[in-house]
Amino acid sequence: MYGWIWRQLPGGTALRLLQALLLVALVSALLLFVVFPWVEPRLPANPLTGPVTVTR
Amino acid sequence: MSGKHRGGWDFSAAAENPAGTFVPPARRRGGRGSVGNRSVPDRIDEGLRTLARGAGELMVTCGAVLLLFVVYEVWVSNLFADHRQAQVHHRLATAWQHGQDPLKGQDRLNLPVGKQVVLPAGQGFANLYIPAFGKDYARTIVQGTSDSDLAAGPGHYVTSQLPGQLGNFAVAGHRVGKGEPFLNLDKLRPGDMIVVQTASNWYVYSVLGNRAAYQAAIRIADRDKQDAAVAAALAKPDSQGVRGREIVSPNAVGVIDPVPNHPQATATRALLTLTTCHPKYSANQRLIVHAQLVRAVPRAGGALPRELPGGTS
Repeated sequence: MYGWIWRQLPGGTALRLLQALLLVALVSALLLFVVFPWVEPRLPANPLTGPVTVTR
Repeated sequence: MSGKHRGGWDFSAAAENPAGTFVPPARRRGGRGSVGNRSVPDRIDEGLRTLARGAGELMVTCGAVLLLFVVYEVWVSNLFADHRQAQVHHRLATAWQHGQDPLKGQDRLNLPVGKQVVLPAGQGFANLYIPAFGKDYARTIVQGTSDSDLAAGPGHYVTSQLPGQLGNFAVAGHRVGKGEPFLNLDKLRPGDMIVVQTASNWYVYSVLGNRAAYQAAIRIADRDKQDAAVAAALAKPDSQGVRGREIVSPNAVGVIDPVPNHPQATATRALLTLTTCHPKYSANQRLIVHAQLVRAVPRAGGALPRELPGGTS
């Protein structure tokens, strides 16, 4: 998959590297600012930021 | 040179392979450039290799996404929560400026739960100041303890009392991520001040526990012994059996009773209880801090209470 993407990128190694980094940044931003905020309330409570209340 | 690559590791092929993928010498069979006339075992071999590489890449990707999710939870979620906190804070400040009070002044009346004004979930109605968390520490407390409420700020347990009332004004807040208002709840010490601001009053609460024992404890040189002595001072029950700090299981709902852990008792004083998760990054237990109202200052004069930086009244 990653090899295939790499081969689709135009230009030399340096240019491809730059594009690859941009792609990684783009996907990360999409996950952090769109996907995770949407999916997180739909997941069971996770221990990291977990429940903070006392409940029966 | 063959236009197609074979995948895998082949360093010697790198120069002539524009794709930049490599075939290891041990895996090389039938020579390079024989794409057109590969044998059947060769094709099976390549298929398996593609499958294995795909599975590997998928697993590495899943790992990276999970790591990124941790980054979201402990860092990015704070950006979203800070934004929502700023909104509820601004809304409350605006309401107060216009002479509106979400509590309708009922924090002064000691009405029993059920007779009180019904606040919409998620609405801010009081500000919380804890100088021990830094002189700038201020959060707007919202009504309710659902995930959505707590993503905007510390949330008031709807079954508990209002600020200043006899009984227990209980508030939950996140410890890590989501604005992390109670990140440093374990740093509170006996006698530390917690100030709550409503439309009508400033309420000054003091963390329970044995202050004299705490002051003796901080003079202990040995760090471990000092920590243990401070914890003991915080855990010392007062005359009504209420501790300054306790660490309980998640279902210990008694900590938000009007008289904490004494469901049958009648409240004779105004308490404040803060709850968060414990230990950090865990959902196993709850860290609870209890404080007692020491005084209330009307806001009419405009001056800050002296427990806050720059306060005079």
